[in-house]
Amino acid sequence: MKRFLLAALFFAVLLLIWEALFRAKIWSPVLLPSPRQVAVYLEGAAVDGTLAKATIVTMRRLLIGYIIGLVVGLPLGLLTARWKVWQDTIGTLALGLQTLPSVCWVPLALLWFGQTEAAMLFVVVMGTLWSVVIATETGVRHVPPIYRRAALTMGSKSLHIWFKVILPAALPFIVSGMKQGWAFAWRSLMAAEIFVTILTGFGLGQLLHYGRELSAMEQVIGIMIVIVVIGLMADKIFFSPIEKFLHRRWGTSQA
Amino acid sequence: MQRLSRHHSSAAEELEVIAPSKLAIENVSKNFKGASGAVLALDRVSLNVAEGEFVCLVGASGCGKTTLLNIIAGLEKPDSGTVQADGKSITGPGRERLVMFQEPALFPWLNVFGNVLFGLKLKPNLTNKDRHDVAKYYLELVGLSRFERANVHELSGGMKQRVSLARALAPNPRVLLMDEPFAALDALTREQLYGDLQRIWKARNKTIVFVTHNVREAACLGDRVIVFSPRPGRIREEFAVDLPRPRDINSVDLAVHATEITKALKSHSQPEVAIAE
Ligand SMILES: Nc1ncnc2c1ncn2[C@@H]1O[C@H](COP(=O)(O)OP(=O)(O)OP(=O)(O)O)[C@@H](O)[C@H]1O
Ligand SMILES: [Mg+2]
Repeated sequence: MKRFLLAALFFAVLLLIWEALFRAKIWSPVLLPSPRQVAVYLEGAAVDGTLAKATIVTMRRLLIGYIIGLVVGLPLGLLTARWKVWQDTIGTLALGLQTLPSVCWVPLALLWFGQTEAAMLFVVVMGTLWSVVIATETGVRHVPPIYRRAALTMGSKSLHIWFKVILPAALPFIVSGMKQGWAFAWRSLMAAEIFVTILTGFGLGQLLHYGRELSAMEQVIGIMIVIVVIGLMADKIFFSPIEKFLHRRWGTSQA
Repeated sequence: MQRLSRHHSSAAEELEVIAPSKLAIENVSKNFKGASGAVLALDRVSLNVAEGEFVCLVGASGCGKTTLLNIIAGLEKPDSGTVQADGKSITGPGRERLVMFQEPALFPWLNVFGNVLFGLKLKPNLTNKDRHDVAKYYLELVGLSRFERANVHELSGGMKQRVSLARALAPNPRVLLMDEPFAALDALTREQLYGDLQRIWKARNKTIVFVTHNVREAACLGDRVIVFSPRPGRIREEFAVDLPRPRDINSVDLAVHATEITKALKSHSQPEVAIAE
């Protein structure tokens, strides 16, 4: 409760500073709207449904792409950790592509898929996939061999070892890879939505883009806030509990 | 145990004392090619272990004790020679011969109960309830019932070793291979565990091969103590310890045996090799 109050106070002060800057009129109100204007925009967008619609469009792209990235990335990571051939091929490819900022996939996606949902998905998948492959591979390589040996003496065999020993032992690495993949996917999707108009759905990025076109600064800032809140929520609802569990189990937490 | 047998469940069957194994190690040699050249870890080692016998292996660091244990476990293959359990060649690891490793090997992603349950889950023909009953029985046997929900990192070193022991005992192996299981513990905890181990060994009737650097420990636990020498790893001498059980590590009779074994150990080790205790 104390932590919550402190955080609430912090954000209240942040809002006050913003309001003060607005009133001081250092910048033109066109460039810096007041918190109230942003709130009014957000309320309007919430009431007429634009916000919900855009959020759903964006989240659907993100989630589907992310899940595809996970479902493909995990086995690929396991294969690269298990067999040299995979490591030398897919592993090297993943290592290279992981260093590529995922925004760089946008032009390629547009050429290949045109202005379609597929292009959006492709960008998200590429953002997720390589981080997950690398993290899974690293995680598996860091599993102390003693766990495998212990499992072998207890009668565990190949597949059982992979699912009940190697995979859970590598989980801390895999989860941090999933988190990184999520961040990359989220960023690249926003970039793609800002660059590209897609007729099948207006996402948050597109709203942001139109805010700029119309010089509606309160819309730009409002949408940015929504994007930040979604990012925070994904962390608090999904990743935080998993990480907390891992810390408690492994005894790695400091707090 | 009594509570279980009254129900005539298969958990009771699972807890039945089964015949321990007889081990026959014949002329086993093992070479390692490491970064610092080839090492003859074991040189024509032969050793017979009777059913239900408690054998201790002592020897300076690097004389191949862990290697021999791994070979008996089936985790490693000898370059030459044969290893048999009950007349059958050992071809790979299996739950007949369970290992308590030199380094910590509990699974950190499972809690205490999950760790003990791991090997049981791999045994067919048991219901989940049986598995739970058996795991509970062994946790009680090592005195850790209260900690079944604890995470591994929340345990002290001695408690971890007890869990490892429970995990190794739970699938009811015929042979228990223990590699310096108590080396990292304080004297008091160790003494307690000597008592526990002798009690459990008697109750569960296992063949035990126990590696240690501590000669007193070997004399306290073993029916026989085998002395190894390093580079190349060879068996040099063996001592029968015929003191009545349960033995107290601090007893004078035991000290006499220990002194004798230590003397042998020193004479068979190269002078630059330090001998623990
Ligand atoms: N995987 C390996 N690769 C290369 N050399 C090895 C390997 N395992 C063991 N050795 C070598 O074999 C010899 C025997 O090793 P082992 O672990 O069996 O000794 P130990 O008697 O258990 O020693 P300690 O008492 O220190 O545990 C050592 O010289 C070691 O360097
Ligand atoms: Mg050793």
